[in-house]
Amino acid sequence: MSISIEKGANITPLTKTFKAFFIVLAALTLGSILFIIAGVNPFKAYITMIGASFGSLYGFSEVLVRATPITLCGLSVAFAAKMLLWNIGAEGQLVMGGIFSAGVALFLSEHIPSFTVIPVMVIAGCVGGGIWASIPAVLKYWKRVDEVLTSLLLNYVAIFLFQNLYYVTWRDPAGRGFPGTAKFPGIAFLPRFFGTRVHLGLVFAVFSVFLIYFIFSYTKWGYEIRVSGESTEAARYAKIKINRNMVLVMFFSGALAGIAGMSEASGIHFRLMEGLASGYGYTGILVAFLSKLNPFLVLTTSILFGALIFGGDHLQVVAQIPSAISTVIQSIILLSVLFGALVTRYRINVNMGGER
Amino acid sequence: MILGEITFVIIIAIQSSMSILYATLGEIYTERSGVLNLGIEGIMLMGALVGFATTFYTQNLLLGVLAAMIVGGLMASVHAFLTVTLQVNQVVSGITIFTLGIGLTDYFGQSLIGEVAPKFSVVGIPLLQDIPVIGQILFQQNALVYAAYILVPLMTIFLFNTKYGLNIRSVGEKPSTADTLGVNVFRIRYLCTIFGGMLAGLGGSYLSLSYIPGWRERMTGGQGWIAIALTIFSMRNPVFGSLGAVFFGLINAFRVYSQASQIAVPTFILKMLPYLCTIFVLVVVSKKDVFKNLGVPSALGKPYSREDN
Amino acid sequence: MKGIIKRFSRIVANNKVDFDLRVGEIHALLGENGAGKTTLMKILSGLYQPDEGKILIKGQTVRFRSPKDAMDMSIGMVHQHFELVPKLTVVENIMLGACKAVFIDIPEKEKEIQGLSEKYGLDVNPKSRIYQLSVGEQQRVEILKMLYRKVKILILDEPTSSLTANEVEKLFSTLRKLTKEGCSIIFITHKLEEVLEIADYITVLRRGKVAAAVNVKRIKQMNGLATSELAKMMVGREVILSVDKNEISTGKEILGIENLHVQGDRREESVRGISFSLNMGEIFGILGVAGNGQKEMVEAIVGLRSIKDGEIRRKGSMNYVPEDRINRAAVPGMSIADNLILTSYKDFSKPIFHKGLVRNHGRKLIKKYDIKPPFLSIPVKQLSGGNLQRLILARELSQKPNLLIAEQPTAGLDISSTEQVWKFLISQRENGAVLLVSGNLKEVLSISDRIAVIFRGSLMDIISVKNQPEKIEKIELMMAGFV
Repeated sequence: MSISIEKGANITPLTKTFKAFFIVLAALTLGSILFIIAGVNPFKAYITMIGASFGSLYGFSEVLVRATPITLCGLSVAFAAKMLLWNIGAEGQLVMGGIFSAGVALFLSEHIPSFTVIPVMVIAGCVGGGIWASIPAVLKYWKRVDEVLTSLLLNYVAIFLFQNLYYVTWRDPAGRGFPGTAKFPGIAFLPRFFGTRVHLGLVFAVFSVFLIYFIFSYTKWGYEIRVSGESTEAARYAKIKINRNMVLVMFFSGALAGIAGMSEASGIHFRLMEGLASGYGYTGILVAFLSKLNPFLVLTTSILFGALIFGGDHLQVVAQIPSAISTVIQSIILLSVLFGALVTRYRINVNMGGER
Repeated sequence: MILGEITFVIIIAIQSSMSILYATLGEIYTERSGVLNLGIEGIMLMGALVGFATTFYTQNLLLGVLAAMIVGGLMASVHAFLTVTLQVNQVVSGITIFTLGIGLTDYFGQSLIGEVAPKFSVVGIPLLQDIPVIGQILFQQNALVYAAYILVPLMTIFLFNTKYGLNIRSVGEKPSTADTLGVNVFRIRYLCTIFGGMLAGLGGSYLSLSYIPGWRERMTGGQGWIAIALTIFSMRNPVFGSLGAVFFGLINAFRVYSQASQIAVPTFILKMLPYLCTIFVLVVVSKKDVFKNLGVPSALGKPYSREDN
Repeated sequence: MKGIIKRFSRIVANNKVDFDLRVGEIHALLGENGAGKTTLMKILSGLYQPDEGKILIKGQTVRFRSPKDAMDMSIGMVHQHFELVPKLTVVENIMLGACKAVFIDIPEKEKEIQGLSEKYGLDVNPKSRIYQLSVGEQQRVEILKMLYRKVKILILDEPTSSLTANEVEKLFSTLRKLTKEGCSIIFITHKLEEVLEIADYITVLRRGKVAAAVNVKRIKQMNGLATSELAKMMVGREVILSVDKNEISTGKEILGIENLHVQGDRREESVRGISFSLNMGEIFGILGVAGNGQKEMVEAIVGLRSIKDGEIRRKGSMNYVPEDRINRAAVPGMSIADNLILTSYKDFSKPIFHKGLVRNHGRKLIKKYDIKPPFLSIPVKQLSGGNLQRLILARELSQKPNLLIAEQPTAGLDISSTEQVWKFLISQRENGAVLLVSGNLKEVLSISDRIAVIFRGSLMDIISVKNQPEKIEKIELMMAGFV
């Protein structure tokens, strides 16, 4: 009897189930190894994390707090990816959205009617992120430059701009050496719910989920995006204006990330300070991929990631395990999913009886 | 006196650019073979940590550097397996490796923060170091810098004047043609990706064993991304890559210098400059006729599969 | 090659083919598209393995598992689409995979290549990069690649398809020089006139079988009659199915083309001065082997390619059924319902999609055009060729255009699907006109009212099917390039 591994698998529903099973098993196993190295009982660790995240109102609210920006960034990346545009710049767009909305909060909010403050901040966040995302789009359209690299590079430009603002230009003179802008006036705070830290940003996130579903299923624009993402030739044949859509899609994508920035700044920090750019843009890429670009799955996956992150924070408090473990687990999950491709690409050939 | 100050700035520039330089050289080969590795930032971090940890525990610098290179190669081989064999999207795989590097180093590096280990010290080369100005700049550096002096020309000649270099370049431009002519596309992409990871690990270890030294969380501070920017900026030519690294290092050194001597140059603009320069180069290089020769390898980022061709 | 059989799923590409090549001979392999010529040569050059039959070199049976094996026996093939790396230089392309030493001494290699190119009349600058070269020059690089590897049997697949007349002459003189040195050449083509000029021997393939194998000298002795016999053998006139076509009176002009010039993807012009006029109620067939400019002409008419010179006049609405079904005319991953509105989606989304309307539209068309499987949500990539083509026709015809352009509409379809498609095309005459672009002689003759043969970007002649039967006789010759 011989066993050989060959390329090309029959993809049956059984294969898909096996693949899902394989992925979950791989993720749990690798995660357990990690916990064991840390000197912790993996079973206990998982239970603690789940318990913390879903066992109490406080826990779950903290999960949602983290899930909010991740959802928006995930939607941002997924929306663009539907048209095969890789928005690696969600991090920078988030920051720009935060900057624009902070500008409104710090300088405009006390001069306009109070009920317009939040809407204007939302618009500012959209515009900031949207413009920033349009730059790679325009470069791609005009000079055929790949958007992966340009959006990535612009992340850093945005971050340095941001640092300049809160260290220097908009620095709070009363800040006592702590780098950051002044605290936003109260009318620029996003309201919170039920005494937890969950803020209006969550509403924006959930709204965006439905908005995107609506766009893809019910609008002309969504149809054009879907066609363009599947086949450029067919899109040209159908007289779809691909270039115009490229810029619009990226703008919208950036706007979503911009709202994430706005809601972090006005919902959590209440000022511009270090910590606005904490990697949600990159997490969004992982989430979008895991969710296969489906907006509802983006929401659920983001909640899962939020639970991971909070679980990790909790473990740090309770068991002195560095909270970075949740970052490692995120990458373990993703690696497991990527390795899952093994199941669909290869098949095992078992040859009984020693025949050639 | 001005000469002294300029010399000082250049020396700092060279020293601070080494880690980026190694990472860039590695990524140049990786991308030349058609693979985009966005995980270098994570690999450099791992190299820095593992190199430092190994040296700390064994008190042997060479072992530390070797360990860093091995770890870099290992992480890159995961990326290679995912992207070349499993044909997973290269962007996602790279970001995953990046996240993994950050997570693992944040996690395992806690205990090593603040520790001290042997580090590379400046070794002057006899005779050469006495050349006025140039001697001071070029020949009073540490071993890793000297290694770079040799590596850059070697890598350049290898890439453009040997049959293996030709194979690498053809695989990155048009793998179907290379395959038809008997070149093993998969093997070359694996080797180049792993080599790139090894150099990135080496670059990371430079930070913890020479430049900073020591271990701090997230100590690469985005240098991996600069290396990717530099790979583009240099049009994937090792010589331009090293010059570009020094150029970016100069900008960096100038920034440090201006802060120290109270010259009023906005720091943040200088920080942005490398990235803006790279975007500029990207735009210029994309113009079809003039620079087509020098631009992006045509097959970069696209998985290759015999069935599709 | 003896008794070669090669199958791809159910299609028999080569059916018991025998093929002989003598030393120093230029042997032309003739036949229309799909006859099996390229397949046969891919077997000889090691890319494919035959299902049955064998290959003998100088009497010894050989087995090629890869192109490398064939190359070891000095057999090399230059494909229709060149295997060259655009950004590398000529020298680098030639050396790729054939370097003996580790170091490449570029100046020395340049000299060597220069010598080779001068010897055989293959002018090309070794220092230039491939993307800077014209098609003719690139072809020379490909041949030099083979010569550098000391190839003794050189196979060329449609070598003259993108060359100017001048370059064709140069190529032929190179080939003659090569044969004097003992090289043997196999030349795949569909251009009869060129073959008569250069070849020593001809084998004609039709539908995978050998239709004829003749010595060129003999043909020349037999003057013109033999030539047209050969042409017929290639294309194969069969009994024309009598297709029911009721008389429709033709009306005013729907499409007018004046002196159209269109640039191709490579450096040459694809369409070189085409003029014709299409009226209401008629089916106008543009007949020609693929690669003679039809694709570019159609793209210019529908707006997917810009016009270099000339004028296109059009009245009324136009719909287009492209040749590339699966990538251009349809979106493979999307559902039947979504695909059925690809060219009319704007009508269904005022202002947002009315799913009910879309579904009704889909159901109606599935029924009328007999699309199977008849489920709206199935992704279109699961459809067979015939069903996909019916879907596309359904979509375009239901918009009742004045002008329908149909490119190779029945390629790869079985007989019943083909007849169905023809029926739909004929019925379109009631709304307007049909511009039929096809390489299938039977198809064009069966349903067209007028026919124009296209060759190398111009129209050889415009013939009325009913009124000019004597010209119909000559159609195969026109397709092969004879005036």
